[in-house]
Amino acid sequence: MTPLELIGTVLLIALKSFVLLAALLVFIAYALLADRKIWAAVQLRRGPNVVGPYGLFQSFADLLKFVLKEPVIPAGANKAIYLLAPLVFAMLALSSWAVMPIADGWAIADINVGVTYIFAISSLGVYGVIMGGWASNSKYAFLGALRSAAQMISYEVSLGFVIICVLMCAGSLNLTRIVTAQDTSLGLFGWYWLWLFPMFVVFFISALAETNRPPFDLPEAESELVAGYMVEYSSTPYLLFMLGEYVAIMSMCALGTVLFLGGWLSPIPFAPFTWVPGVIWFVLKASFLFFGFAMVKSIVPRYRYDQLMRLGWKVFLPLSLVSVVVVAFVLKITGLAPGA
Amino acid sequence: MTAAAAFFYLFASLAVASGFMVIASRNPVASVLFLILAFVNAAGLFVLMGAEFLAMILVVVYVGAVAVLFLFVVMMLDVDFAELRQGFQQYLPVGALIGAIFLIEILLVVGSWSIDPGLVQAPLGNVANAENMTNAQALGRVIYTDYAYFFQIAGLILLVAMIGAIVLTLRDRPGVKRQNIAVQNARTQATAVETRKVPSRQGVEV
Repeated sequence: MTPLELIGTVLLIALKSFVLLAALLVFIAYALLADRKIWAAVQLRRGPNVVGPYGLFQSFADLLKFVLKEPVIPAGANKAIYLLAPLVFAMLALSSWAVMPIADGWAIADINVGVTYIFAISSLGVYGVIMGGWASNSKYAFLGALRSAAQMISYEVSLGFVIICVLMCAGSLNLTRIVTAQDTSLGLFGWYWLWLFPMFVVFFISALAETNRPPFDLPEAESELVAGYMVEYSSTPYLLFMLGEYVAIMSMCALGTVLFLGGWLSPIPFAPFTWVPGVIWFVLKASFLFFGFAMVKSIVPRYRYDQLMRLGWKVFLPLSLVSVVVVAFVLKITGLAPGA
Repeated sequence: MTAAAAFFYLFASLAVASGFMVIASRNPVASVLFLILAFVNAAGLFVLMGAEFLAMILVVVYVGAVAVLFLFVVMMLDVDFAELRQGFQQYLPVGALIGAIFLIEILLVVGSWSIDPGLVQAPLGNVANAENMTNAQALGRVIYTDYAYFFQIAGLILLVAMIGAIVLTLRDRPGVKRQNIAVQNARTQATAVETRKVPSRQGVEV
């Protein structure tokens, strides 16, 4: 590869990343608004409706407000780690999008170990939380960080086994191949949500816990810990935590779409529907999962901490372990195993 | 210089620098964070070698789980450094002597060590058409097909270690009221509520 070609490749990747980043951030601004609107609608409120028509510019007004406010750093804080934590959190959340196949061949890096990469990146997200909680030098923040770390580690285990079930059916760690493995003549009934339905449920609930969403938002339980690990943060650092959280939620929705809802595939596998660009199907499916996240937030009351741990270790872990065995057994007996 | 070489020097120098900072930094939490940086850079080196699956597993297991527990413990401890540094100069000569002996021993061992070229080829030699496989497939073939018994023995050893740790730390305190969710869920109105006719001025035994 000549230096000129190298520079060309690097520029192309940078351009792709920039376009994806811009689209993702705008999408997340509206996902945040949708989250608040859905929550409000369930409680018979209007939600944000002042900034712009139907409150459509609310997220951008919030962005300006966060950026223009004064960042406050507590006197006892470890300054370097305190400022590093939100950066790490937001950067890690964003970097999992590098491998996401939004449409056929649209992934920025179509690597062979895509699923493991996303899993690794999401397991790193806990560092932003712990560093932020510790560096704030505050009891509430530290308690929130400890809770969050324990919770994220616990649910990662069952999430891993759920992913293994999907991998066994698809026969590849590559996200694009996992989607193409779901491309059958059955349309939406050929996707893994139906064949691995219990695992889809476990994935959804573990994704809620992994991203600290209600009903598992104990790290920031406002009645006990004010705002958990974010309590001392203000202004842009707080914005980065918020942003990282929502990016992580969207990437969990996107991962669920890839693993269980057939990625960019059309739900009905014949002519007029297959003409729709894959990216539209992908966004629709991810938004559907996000709607599920928002509805759970508004409907379900918060779990108690020991109940959370019980659910993770005593219910989901054995369930997902057993289903790994069952799925492997069925694939072997029926000869459906890929590459068998 | 190719891009791969540039990245190699970047990851390698960062790994060495952060490895040095692990022992040089004053704050133990910073030490652990540098250790994590060293792990991540090692994962980067694995990617450069083409062992992408190993790289990701290194991040998941060491950075995502083991180092988090490290960080937990270190954050909870209240280490007094003034106390730790006491008598540093007094013990320095002895420590330096032991360190030097270890260094010479390591140099002697590593210097006369050469890896059998047949051994390097052996793991791949057992895998049919290893060139056409991904990392994960080749590793799976070696671990779960060729050396399945060794893998299970390793698993058994880990199981024994885990049971040992549980036995050592398990305390069964009497008189602790535990929540039994199955019992709670099995309660119905019939088992929980009783209707009694209370005679006037006599009351009932509860």
